[in-house]
Amino acid sequence: METDIPGFLLSVYQHLGVKYPKFYKMDNLAKLGWLATEVLLKDFDKAKYQPTDIGVVLTNAGSSLDADKRYYESVQDIASPALFVYTLPNIVIGEICIRHHFKGENAFYIFDGFNADFVNNYVSILLETGQLQACICGWVEMAATGYKAVLFLVEKDKKENAILFDAAGIEKRFIAVGFNQR
Amino acid sequence: MDKLMADLKEQIIEQLNLQDVKPEDIGDDQPLFGDGLGLDSIDALELIVLLQQKYKVKLSNAEDGPKIFRSVRTIAEFIESNKIPNA
Repeated sequence: METDIPGFLLSVYQHLGVKYPKFYKMDNLAKLGWLATEVLLKDFDKAKYQPTDIGVVLTNAGSSLDADKRYYESVQDIASPALFVYTLPNIVIGEICIRHHFKGENAFYIFDGFNADFVNNYVSILLETGQLQACICGWVEMAATGYKAVLFLVEKDKKENAILFDAAGIEKRFIAVGFNQR
Repeated sequence: MDKLMADLKEQIIEQLNLQDVKPEDIGDDQPLFGDGLGLDSIDALELIVLLQQKYKVKLSNAEDGPKIFRSVRTIAEFIESNKIPNA
């Protein structure tokens, strides 16, 4: 079955009713991460934090390969600068940070599969050392044939009914949405 | 010149993925960068590619960029004054 990924991403953007012209210029990976973050932060009161208090730590397996391939094809003619800027996976984080004015620690890591231990350790250190008060974490993967985005928000201050941030709990939830058990 | 400016508006919209913008939304003398159409530095590079690919016109001096890319009219004037005859 052929998947119309650009069509799907556009329909989600239109459904959200957000006016953000730069969305159209993003590659599919950035669009996916950007849209997933819009949904994740729908009810999040970011005003209670300083811009430097909020970070983004994302992971995937394919890096920016989807944009890399498109760029490789485009250089047969004159290379597109607009496409070139998306040939790094962390650009998705940049788009999220620009949109929400986040200025905290951010990083994009490549793993074979989602690594709950790593994300838990890394983000816990950022929160415990006071470098961040909140962090958007997860997995954003884009390929020509499919995509996957699973994001979650971690906050240093414990909220009522909040889910405990630990590796086993994160892994359990990722397995529940189709990730392989290690 | 009017025909060239109309073509340019369509090309700019297509090349820069300005999907919320229609050709009639872009004034002939409207600033393209900053407070005008809100284009950025990557868009400027895309415009250089557009001139080279579509109109076979090369920007030889980068310092002339801000003057040339000020508006659709200034781009059209640059194309007119630099195009290769019969190209």
